[in-house]
Amino acid sequence: MKKKFKCEVDCANCAQKLQDALSRLDGVEAISVNFITQKLTLTAADERFDAVLDAVVKKAKQIEPDTVITA
Amino acid sequence: MTAKQKRMRLRILAALALFAAVLAADRLLFPERLPTAVLSALYAVPCLVVGWDVLQKAAVHIVHLQAFDESFLMSLAVAAAFAIGAYPEAVAVMLFYQVGELFQSVAVGRARASIGELMSIAPEYANLETEDGVSCVDPDEVEVGSVIVIRAGERVPLDGVVLTGESWLDTSALTGEAVPRHVGASDAVYSGCVNGEGTLRVRTTRAYEDSTVARILDLVENASEKKARLEQFITRFARVYTPVVTVGAVLLALVPPLLLHLPFGDWVRRACVFLIASCPCALVISVPLGFFGGIGAASRIGVLVKGGNYLEAVAACDTMVFDKTGTLTKGSFRVVRLLPADGTDAEELLRAAAHAEALSNHPVAKSVLEAYSGSVDPSRVTDGSEIAGCGVRALWDGEELLAGSGRLMERCGIAYEPCGEAGTVVYVARRGRFLGSLLISDTLKDGAAEAIGALKAAGIRRTVLLTGDREAAAREIAAQLGIDRVDAELLPADKVARLEAILGAERSGNVAFVGDGINDAPALMRADVGIAMGSLGSDAAIEAADIVLMDDDLRKLAATVRIGRSTMRIVRENVAFALLVKFAVLILGALGLATMWLAVFGDVGVTVLAVLNAMRCLRLDQK
Repeated sequence: MKKKFKCEVDCANCAQKLQDALSRLDGVEAISVNFITQKLTLTAADERFDAVLDAVVKKAKQIEPDTVITA
Repeated sequence: MTAKQKRMRLRILAALALFAAVLAADRLLFPERLPTAVLSALYAVPCLVVGWDVLQKAAVHIVHLQAFDESFLMSLAVAAAFAIGAYPEAVAVMLFYQVGELFQSVAVGRARASIGELMSIAPEYANLETEDGVSCVDPDEVEVGSVIVIRAGERVPLDGVVLTGESWLDTSALTGEAVPRHVGASDAVYSGCVNGEGTLRVRTTRAYEDSTVARILDLVENASEKKARLEQFITRFARVYTPVVTVGAVLLALVPPLLLHLPFGDWVRRACVFLIASCPCALVISVPLGFFGGIGAASRIGVLVKGGNYLEAVAACDTMVFDKTGTLTKGSFRVVRLLPADGTDAEELLRAAAHAEALSNHPVAKSVLEAYSGSVDPSRVTDGSEIAGCGVRALWDGEELLAGSGRLMERCGIAYEPCGEAGTVVYVARRGRFLGSLLISDTLKDGAAEAIGALKAAGIRRTVLLTGDREAAAREIAAQLGIDRVDAELLPADKVARLEAILGAERSGNVAFVGDGINDAPALMRADVGIAMGSLGSDAAIEAADIVLMDDDLRKLAATVRIGRSTMRIVRENVAFALLVKFAVLILGALGLATMWLAVFGDVGVTVLAVLNAMRCLRLDQK
């Protein structure tokens, strides 16, 4: 499943860093953090999607505390 | 400005005033040095006012072991400056940094807003016709085959076919075309257009997620994910740059003082310059923003570019290969000349041809009927049959009529005069007697010649025409348009082979293929850049092509090439400028010639300039 979320990030480099780190998370098939559109696109298996999303949000907070991810 | 940005502006102004006061007090009121503790406390006030959030963020990052972060690097630089007693510089660094961040945030916000305008084509609701009247629903919920009502001034929410009503649609958001399009019963309408004066009842043919507007939005949003080579290079570069420069800063602060016993203060100052210059933001933001702007500028004129990489590719094009029918020509045929045989007049020839073709719906037959001004009584025409690839046969008042190619005439044993003119020729015979021939040709699109001329002016050096049509017809069109090379009488498979030959030959630039997307998907995919024409509502073309011209206007090709070239130039300027300034700051910093002020400019100043420069991409070719 592929889903888009709103993702507030402060700078282009932060978005890049987020994307690098989040793509290494377990269960993430593909992820992109777009600074310009402020969008996060996550692809993960349907049955695990919510769990993966939780992990993504948690990790994002850790790397960039300002990040806000909303549906 | 957003509330957040206004708050920041207030903090900056307050800090600036405090800083000025402290500086004045320090330098003028107490020329003899105040105790260090007092001084650092005084200077810490403006520094904290403007930069407490940076310090806080840095602290959080340390906890999470995320060292190479802008706020951390800045905080470290400021702390180091305080430690060596460079108080005014420390405050200035923080102040400058925040001013730069604010500028950057405003500039990016602007860019985002301009791009947002492009995205504003999404419909918010649909008026669904149900058993108990019309209800307003989310376009997402409307099922295929439902009936929706589109009132005057409303946006078409879903693709469909008009059942009743007549109106003019403003398609400018999709195609950049200012002239509204007329629609009536049984015409297709596309989501994203704005309805004019009339009310339309429309049967939907697609769900929202498959509708034109959703697909376009999806394309534009995802375009920034297909990264150009230059962008990939910068991303990789940034990943290495920051750690290397940070390590450089640490070495600079420790090695000379410890090994060579040079003064700590001076070398820490130089290290601070390194820390400040190590942020890669100017590089990381300017490249994708430039491409985004270029893609935005293109979509404003109705050209969809599916990614930064395609903009990069089209900028490097020097050859364009065209398909003929439907691309350079309208794909609609027209009788251009009547060539009656001896003893027949033109009127008689045309009347016979029109009756022969009356029962056929081939495009050629339609053009013959269109050319005939008299009326055709279908009841007098019987026994119509099509002889595949040759023509038609029918009985008119019991008399046999034949209309078709030379092969048909030969097959029926009719003595005819072959016509050597360019175009499609229809030979007509009645009761075994040759009446003459009709010359039919496809009409060129408006502005086709102008478009080819503009492409050449934009730097496309070679244009090639590939067609299945006869050599003579193709040559004439090429001559009219000023196309350099013609490959005629090709079967569809030959077109790809010919394109491959061009791709394989020695060449200096990229090769673009321009087609109407109807049966040239293989060629569109094979070329360096596949450009599909007039694709409003055509899925196959949007799928196969890299660049899609939403309306039929060939003139936009040159504009697209120009946008691609300008975007690349702006992006390259940004990269060169940012790298140059960064390296200059690093070298001067290491030599002890650069101040921290200069270093801050090297970071945020360059970022702001790069963002402003990248924004120029948005305004390209807005004619």
